[in-house]
Amino acid sequence: MNIEEKIKNAADELDAHVVEIIKWHFSPETGSPFWLNWSNEQDWNPLEEVRSFKDLCNKFPHFQDEWLRDLPNDVWVPQAYKGRPFNIFETGGTTGMPKQRIGWDDFRIDYTEFSKTLKDEHFPRDHYWMMVGPTGPRRLRLAIEHLANERGCSCYFVDLDPRWVKRLIASKQFDQARAYMDHAIDQALTILKHRSVSALFTTPKLLEALAERKDLVKAGIKGVFCGGTTMDKQYARFLVEEVCEGGQIGFVPTYGNTLMGLARHHPIGPDNDYSIAYYAPQPRAALRVINPETNQEVDYDTWGRVELTTLTKEFFMPRFLERDEALRRKPWVEAPWDGVAEVRPFGAMEKNIVEGVY
Amino acid sequence: MSTPHIPCLRLGKEYRSFNESEVKDYRDGSVKATMSQVNAGIIRRDLQKIGQAREALEKFTTRELIDISAKAGELFLNGNLALGEGGKMQSAQEYLETLSSTSGLPHVMVKRNMDKIHYALTHVELILNGLTRGIDPTILDRGYGEQAGSPVCFYPTTDALGLVMPSNSPAVNSLWLPSIALKIPIVMKPGRDEPWTPFRLIQAFIAAGCPGEAFGFYPTDHEGAGDILRLCNRALIFGDKSTTDLYAGDPGVQVHGPGFSKILIGEDEIENWPDFIEVMASSISDNGGRSCVNASAVIVPKYAREIAEALGKRLGSLNPLPVDDPNAVLSGFANPKMGEWIDGAIDADLLEKGAHDTTAPHREGSRLVQAEGGTYLRPTIVYCESMNHPLSNREFLCPYASVVEVPQSEMLSAIGPTLVVSAITKDKQFTQQLLSASNIERLNLGPISTMKISWDQPHEGNMFEFLYKRRSIGMAA
Repeated sequence: MNIEEKIKNAADELDAHVVEIIKWHFSPETGSPFWLNWSNEQDWNPLEEVRSFKDLCNKFPHFQDEWLRDLPNDVWVPQAYKGRPFNIFETGGTTGMPKQRIGWDDFRIDYTEFSKTLKDEHFPRDHYWMMVGPTGPRRLRLAIEHLANERGCSCYFVDLDPRWVKRLIASKQFDQARAYMDHAIDQALTILKHRSVSALFTTPKLLEALAERKDLVKAGIKGVFCGGTTMDKQYARFLVEEVCEGGQIGFVPTYGNTLMGLARHHPIGPDNDYSIAYYAPQPRAALRVINPETNQEVDYDTWGRVELTTLTKEFFMPRFLERDEALRRKPWVEAPWDGVAEVRPFGAMEKNIVEGVY
Repeated sequence: MSTPHIPCLRLGKEYRSFNESEVKDYRDGSVKATMSQVNAGIIRRDLQKIGQAREALEKFTTRELIDISAKAGELFLNGNLALGEGGKMQSAQEYLETLSSTSGLPHVMVKRNMDKIHYALTHVELILNGLTRGIDPTILDRGYGEQAGSPVCFYPTTDALGLVMPSNSPAVNSLWLPSIALKIPIVMKPGRDEPWTPFRLIQAFIAAGCPGEAFGFYPTDHEGAGDILRLCNRALIFGDKSTTDLYAGDPGVQVHGPGFSKILIGEDEIENWPDFIEVMASSISDNGGRSCVNASAVIVPKYAREIAEALGKRLGSLNPLPVDDPNAVLSGFANPKMGEWIDGAIDADLLEKGAHDTTAPHREGSRLVQAEGGTYLRPTIVYCESMNHPLSNREFLCPYASVVEVPQSEMLSAIGPTLVVSAITKDKQFTQQLLSASNIERLNLGPISTMKISWDQPHEGNMFEFLYKRRSIGMAA
């Protein structure tokens, strides 16, 4: 099948999935209280008027993430899940109430799918992983453990609270931020010293800090799965060429969050100037790069705002405008839909954004 | 001709980053060069290998490095030197013109800065003699020896000298030059708008035979600058008071901030004040008023109002001239917003009672002007009734000074920390008080410009004592 056919098939699959998910969330027998109430307040009927992803983008307004902060969790429980205890995952919350997404199996489904994109060479099966980064109320902690388990591995954890780091940096307590990061790295090095670990999940900054204090190749690390902060071309190149010693350690950047799941990346290297393009786990989630003023996708290889739509039976979130901007990239044979590249906080070129180590 | 690209130098090796900044003409904003910007992690990784850089310098004797410095001085002043990638070369005239176009310094001032740097490089032996108080260079090579009949032994305090450079005045680069002869490599973040001088100096050193490994040139962000200061055991930082305050008290960081340099006239000489107007004017306005050794206050026991009026008349009529005019004394602003900010800050503080601008009546138009295609500030002299006025002890990046009346007996406590004092007095008691004052870094006695410094006497920290420490040593016979 050529790429054009793959693109067409993927688009058809997405359209069909949109219809199925709309039917699920807007039918009284399966839908959630929030969407059923929301639907009642509209002068149009999603069940009748959304037949494709394009319809969804044209008909639905942006999802307001305040709803996830201000409303009780149970308004999001689809009828079909009623009675099943749910996980509560948080995002944000550096100050004030965090946003919360509830879930049951999505993180397992997302990460099982993602596991298929990892190579055994860099993420060996039946061994040990270590996660150094934000655990706590985040989906990531359970997701990484599931991913490791999926590959027959068990996982060590070293926690780092990004909310505290952001507060330290925002108040210019750089020494404290560094001391806290050192504290996390010390714990990770202790694990590496006493246990055999072949794969890491961490943030780019923590990866750098680890590599400055230990030769990761000699320590037996074969793969690094990395996400959480902006990685521009130069930074990605630095991480691949120097921190991961030119490919001796497999470097897998990811873009994901509690609301989406996990996007995979197109391979990077000198051929594409280390420009990292991510592709959403379509059809369970879809990313667009748009001009928010016009709701139109920007041209390929130009900057626009990232818009996320999540389409699972557990959670429906149409057209959430992320706080990120990115370059729109063309479909790729292994992910024949649009990608988002060189993701960075919206407005990053105009102002300093506190990202810290996460 | 294509725009040159100035790469990062990692232990002397060129490295082109995907991230670039632009160095622009101060007048029309046209791009004169792009410059690789590197992330802090690159600097941290290179610092783990900095021992190689020091080893490369240790293969030379101090004498050889003094000779290399002298040769580099000639090449810097006159030679064609590599500029960026692709074998691009830059002549001395091109350097002068380009630096002028991005810094706003007129040609005549760039040339003076070049001459200063040339002098420093060709007189490293004299400078080292001053810094070490006459230690034989071979003692530095061996690490121990005998001076004036006593055994001496020195060890380096660091493997690299970190430098976070400013953009305002090329001659500040002369401060780090002795480091090479002292066999300490440099790790530098250049000023955002002034990569030209340090890059040319590095190329001059390399062309003169210095190992490239000795030079780290890292255009970088705040994190990178912070890491240079944190991870090099010894570093220099240049910046305004808010920047330098962060590192005050850190023995590993030598801060070079505002100088708050001043001219003091004693009671015995004050009746002759008209004779000193020229030395005051040149102290205030030479080098475009951009140096920390420019006088920013004139402190007198009486006639402050008259002196302020005379200086206002002398300097108030100065206007921007074409960059290649040999009589040009004002510099344009590479960042026009800086000029606007200074203009606004002076005006805001003039609203406070007890001060007035004595240059204003002699200017045609405003202090802030658009001229010669750029943004300029014309000189400002402010008469202040007391040292309590916010404009009495300020320093701006332009010809600016206050004139304040303070009784001679209170002057030394009133002036605060001062980089250079030119004290015009012959009074022995006052002279003795000046010599004993702990708040003056350099003291000129007599009608000498504050701009006058001596290369064989450090006026702002002793580089040798910063980079080396003496220890006691015993050796079996």
